Amino acid sequence: MSRPMLEIVALEKTFGELKVLRDINLRVATGEMVFVIGPSGSGKSTMLRCCNRLEEPTSGAILIDGKDIVGCSSSALNRMRLEVGMVFQGFHLYPHMTVVANVMLAQIKALKRSKDEARERALAMLDRVGLRHRAETMPTQLSGGQQQRVAIARALALDPKVMLFDEPTSALDPELVGSVLAVMKDLKDSGMTMLVVSHEMGFAREAADRVVFMDGGLVVEEGPPEEIFANPKAERTQAFLSRVRA
Amino acid sequence: MDGLDRFLATFFNARIFARYLPDMLAGVWTTIWLAGAVIALGLSLGLALACLRAYGWRIASFFIICFADMGRALPPLVLILIMYFGLPGLGLRMPGPLVLILVLGTVLAAFAEEIFWAGLTSVPKGQWEAGRATGLGFTQTLVQIALPQAARLALPPLVNRVLAISKMTALGSVIGVSEILSVASTAQSFTGSAAPLTMGAIAYVIVFLPLVVLTRLLERRFAWKV
Repeated sequence: MSRPMLEIVALEKTFGELKVLRDINLRVATGEMVFVIGPSGSGKSTMLRCCNRLEEPTSGAILIDGKDIVGCSSSALNRMRLEVGMVFQGFHLYPHMTVVANVMLAQIKALKRSKDEARERALAMLDRVGLRHRAETMPTQLSGGQQQRVAIARALALDPKVMLFDEPTSALDPELVGSVLAVMKDLKDSGMTMLVVSHEMGFAREAADRVVFMDGGLVVEEGPPEEIFANPKAERTQAFLSRVRA
Repeated sequence: MDGLDRFLATFFNARIFARYLPDMLAGVWTTIWLAGAVIALGLSLGLALACLRAYGWRIASFFIICFADMGRALPPLVLILIMYFGLPGLGLRMPGPLVLILVLGTVLAAFAEEIFWAGLTSVPKGQWEAGRATGLGFTQTLVQIALPQAARLALPPLVNRVLAISKMTALGSVIGVSEILSVASTAQSFTGSAAPLTMGAIAYVIVFLPLVVLTRLLERRFAWKV
């Protein structure tokens, strides 16, 4: 395996008495797409949110391109976050700005790009997700699938090294899921490193390089999708997969 | 003289209207600049305190909450009387308009802080996370993302409060500030007629109605489809 772009080392997270993550170790190589599946409450979203410290790890290290983001200063953290794009289940577009302004904001305020430069880049990213023609509309006038693609463009505009997806299609109507997955597939084909928490098993089977099964705050099993889906070794993985297939 | 004539002579006496028009215009101007100063002080202080509270520093938040609760609970009239008649005994003498601006501005700030704060807490957590996840700092996220959404939510209750406090400039009449009510009641005691009070009421409508209309326009402009 080549040098990992994202490496999670001995990550632990507790909320009070509750141990949500226990000794998570995970490496995502450059250009790799890793899918994290598991029952709700298994800690997969918490793990993902630790990767840009939206959730503060209790202990362990998160290395982005070799640099540890745990324990760094808040200004260093803001710079590191530029390298880690995040896509949320609920999109979280800014409702008081146009679509293009949504994609421009962090470019101008955090990356210090000029307005013209940011706008050009924003339009290019919107073009990439097929929404350049909606640049001047307000986010709430878009469908859920379109909003999620704008959210992806907003993250991409900062030229991240890694993209995190937190159940990106779970809030979408079934007929809108495909458009978001198509954008993710295109991203993968362009060599983006991606860590995805999702229930889209079909997409995982088709596009993921590796699937990680989590349960009870632990990584129970990981491997290529064919292997995990066809011959899961662990009992818990078998039980989970038979439940979601049923 | 039947009832209607007597009513008109008492409340709408044209001669008295003409006699006191210049005084009333001066009173209107005083009310306008007093209200302007109160609004400017109250809104900027209230906004600043709400933002400060957003940082979640315990001690600062504690004092801000105390300030907001006291400012909303205390009757402004009592504060005005204490500052105007009481403080000179301690060697601090302030002109009436300054007392009025300080007291009403502070009271408005207490309400405005709570209203802006309520707006800030209504902004979904995901908005903050989206901002922070794209590398924006806390202050940048507050200013660029949270505040514009909070201000939109705060606008209607804020307008009501601004109008109510602005009309309280009438309390200036108890400490000799010649605003609208002060001019009207002075004229009333000289003439023995109720007409100056009618005049004062008309003056209030002329001053505040445009403000109400303006804020309606503002509310429409700030509304985005949700």
